[in-house]
Amino acid sequence: MPSKISISNLNFYYGKEQALYDISLEIPAREVVAFIGPSGCGKSTFLRTLNRMNDTIPIARVEGSVLIDGKDIYAPGTDVVALRRKVGMVFQKSNPFPKSIYENVAYGIRINRMHKNKADLKERVEKALNDAALLGEVKDRMNTSAFGLSGGQQQRLCIARALAVQPEVVLMDEPASALDPIATQKIEELIVELKKQYTIVIVTHNMQQAARVSDRTAFFMLGKLIEFNATQKIFTNPDEKMTEDYVTGKFG
Amino acid sequence: MTTLTAACAVFAIVILLIILSYIAVRGITSINLEFLVDTPKPVGEGGGIGNAIVGSVMMTLLATLIGLPIGIGAGVYMAEFGNNWFGSTVRFISDTLIGIPSIIIGIFIYTLVVLPMGRQSGLAGGLALAIIMIPIVARTTEEMIRLVPNSMREAALALGAPQWRVIWNIVLPAASAGIATGVMLAIARISGETAPLLFTALNSRFYNYFFDQPMSSLTVQIYNYATGPFDIEHNMAWAATLILVGLILTINIAVRYLTRKRF
Amino acid sequence: MSQTGTVGDKVFRVILFITAAIILLIVAVMIFMMVLNSMPTIRQFGFGFLTGREWKPALSEFGALPFIYGTIVSSLIALIISVPISLGIAIFLVEQAPKKIATPIAFMVELLAAIPSVVYGLWGIFVLAPFVRNYLGVFLENYLGWLPLFQGRLTGIGMLTGGIILALMITPIITAVVRDVFEAVPTTQREAALALGATKWETTQIVLGNASSGIAGAVVLGLGRALGETMAVTMVIGNSPQISASLFEPAYTIASVLAANFAEATDRLYLSALIEIGLVLFLVTFVVNALAKLLILSVTRGRASAKHT
Repeated sequence: MPSKISISNLNFYYGKEQALYDISLEIPAREVVAFIGPSGCGKSTFLRTLNRMNDTIPIARVEGSVLIDGKDIYAPGTDVVALRRKVGMVFQKSNPFPKSIYENVAYGIRINRMHKNKADLKERVEKALNDAALLGEVKDRMNTSAFGLSGGQQQRLCIARALAVQPEVVLMDEPASALDPIATQKIEELIVELKKQYTIVIVTHNMQQAARVSDRTAFFMLGKLIEFNATQKIFTNPDEKMTEDYVTGKFG
Repeated sequence: MTTLTAACAVFAIVILLIILSYIAVRGITSINLEFLVDTPKPVGEGGGIGNAIVGSVMMTLLATLIGLPIGIGAGVYMAEFGNNWFGSTVRFISDTLIGIPSIIIGIFIYTLVVLPMGRQSGLAGGLALAIIMIPIVARTTEEMIRLVPNSMREAALALGAPQWRVIWNIVLPAASAGIATGVMLAIARISGETAPLLFTALNSRFYNYFFDQPMSSLTVQIYNYATGPFDIEHNMAWAATLILVGLILTINIAVRYLTRKRF
Repeated sequence: MSQTGTVGDKVFRVILFITAAIILLIVAVMIFMMVLNSMPTIRQFGFGFLTGREWKPALSEFGALPFIYGTIVSSLIALIISVPISLGIAIFLVEQAPKKIATPIAFMVELLAAIPSVVYGLWGIFVLAPFVRNYLGVFLENYLGWLPLFQGRLTGIGMLTGGIILALMITPIITAVVRDVFEAVPTTQREAALALGATKWETTQIVLGNASSGIAGAVVLGLGRALGETMAVTMVIGNSPQISASLFEPAYTIASVLAANFAEATDRLYLSALIEIGLVLFLVTFVVNALAKLLILSVTRGRASAKHT
């Protein structure tokens, strides 16, 4: 199966500090890949190299290549804005804009001029909300402030906002870490559903979550990729001793 | 000890109340509609502050038109791109500019605008007020924009928004209430300025709607009436002060009320 | 790592950069124009301009010392009166008063700062000056009249009244900064003192010690404001270029000589002399404000780092 994302020999530095060491990894299309590891292991940093969110940090520096659909996103002249449209992101803490529910989802569509007319815009917003399993709960109050939603609803709104620009890949940085168990379950069900259309990369500190939602799992430690395997194998019979120690709770 | 410190606080409040009550009592007894629309007249023939109100409004508007875009732009620059030596320099110079006596701004504009033009003008007055306004608006804007959580910028960037769109339709709207508050207070501040207008806008006894002519203002008019020799002029000074202080206090209290509700 | 920005990003950034650069440009042009326009007197009088005691524009004699003296003395009077009161208010608001009382009181003190200078001047002429003439001055003359400070003709218009009005005007400014500085002192400092059995006042002393350089900054900031305050002082200080030991006598400050004479100065040398005095005031307030900023930052910056640990 061809890879959607292909990372080879990636090194990452914050100024003089090296944060990621020589990482190579193949992420297949339409699967869920989970990154696990103790906090500070570099999994979030790695995730953010995939849509160049680290560009906002002036002292950050990347070596190696990240190919998405065969094209190096770090090649000179790459359109970062187009890249981020293609590779959407959902953050750890839900971060709706101070706008209405409708305008939150419509924002990305508008700035990328994806809609033909008002009716088309509305259709796209509703589809995104539906895909994020939120439409039913907010249908009657689309024009009220997004801050009026519960924490779990806000996070699903942020997912809808990311889906509305029709990305091919969705990066999720601990999307459920700030949510209660019921809201978390909804997000997890949603991830499994979204896999049909999107390639999903999820960072999580919760190993059960990785086991429940992902097809493959990558285990990171101290900036190094220790093991990348089918999730089933990582949690039952990993190749590496370190992985086994981590998933069985011996450290971390 | 508490008695002593409380006495200090009471002292300050009593001073405030004494000042305000003098303005209220002496102002109300001298004010009437004619006074509000008339121009100054020779002593004994009545006269008013109509042209001074118009002049103040025009110069404050001009200052706001110039000061607002520059101040907000500089504030956004400092907050979003200002973590370098240039940003720090602008920040430091803004802070010192805020502390420079406003009469110095008046001298500066006199040398820059009045001398070349050959006469005092409303333009010169408005420019002087704009220079006072710019650093205040810039620093408030910067502080308000820094309060916008970074997660909002990231969310917009991750949707494929270019940086200017992130700032323009996410960050600025999120900070708009705070910036508006700062702008209101800056307008209140410049509408009370006298020193920078004394020899830039000078004064005028007539209604004047042109910026290339000397222009009257409420504050300069108060100064002239207050330092004049006649009681009738002093009464007019109090009446004009009632208008001015009423306006400024209204802005201050309104801003206070609005921000209190929000936070 | 630089972001490959769109054209829009670049244009936007350049526009913002220009607006920021305008602020630097204003100050640069300001210094240039003032130096340029004070060249005639700088050339003619040199350093003697600052030490000369005679100010007679009609005879083209320009000595700025009376104004420098008046500015310094009136500001010192203002600080002597205002600093203890401001400290008292700030201690009361931050350390002692319950929040319910502190909030409205703090707002009312801030309102004092919102009242325009010319209004203080008006009030000074018609309320404060008569009060000094009929009550405060008489009191000082009776009890402290053996000091040269409180001798001479008591008209109510003079150095003392100028200093008092300045004190009223800088009190809200010093109070606000001292409050900020107190609030920057970590609560752990207070708790540590209380846990050792310190009384409330002893705890406040710990806070004062922590905040000392910030308090110094607030005082210097108040000084900067007092040095440049114009309208109110012009209206009550008497505007007479003399150096007198008596605080009852009229005096002149740099700012007030500018306010009172600039519009009439048509003679080139006279104008140059006034602009040069303005330049002196500009440079002094610039240095004073920069110093205040550094002192205040030394305390409030500590708060930022304390928060992160």
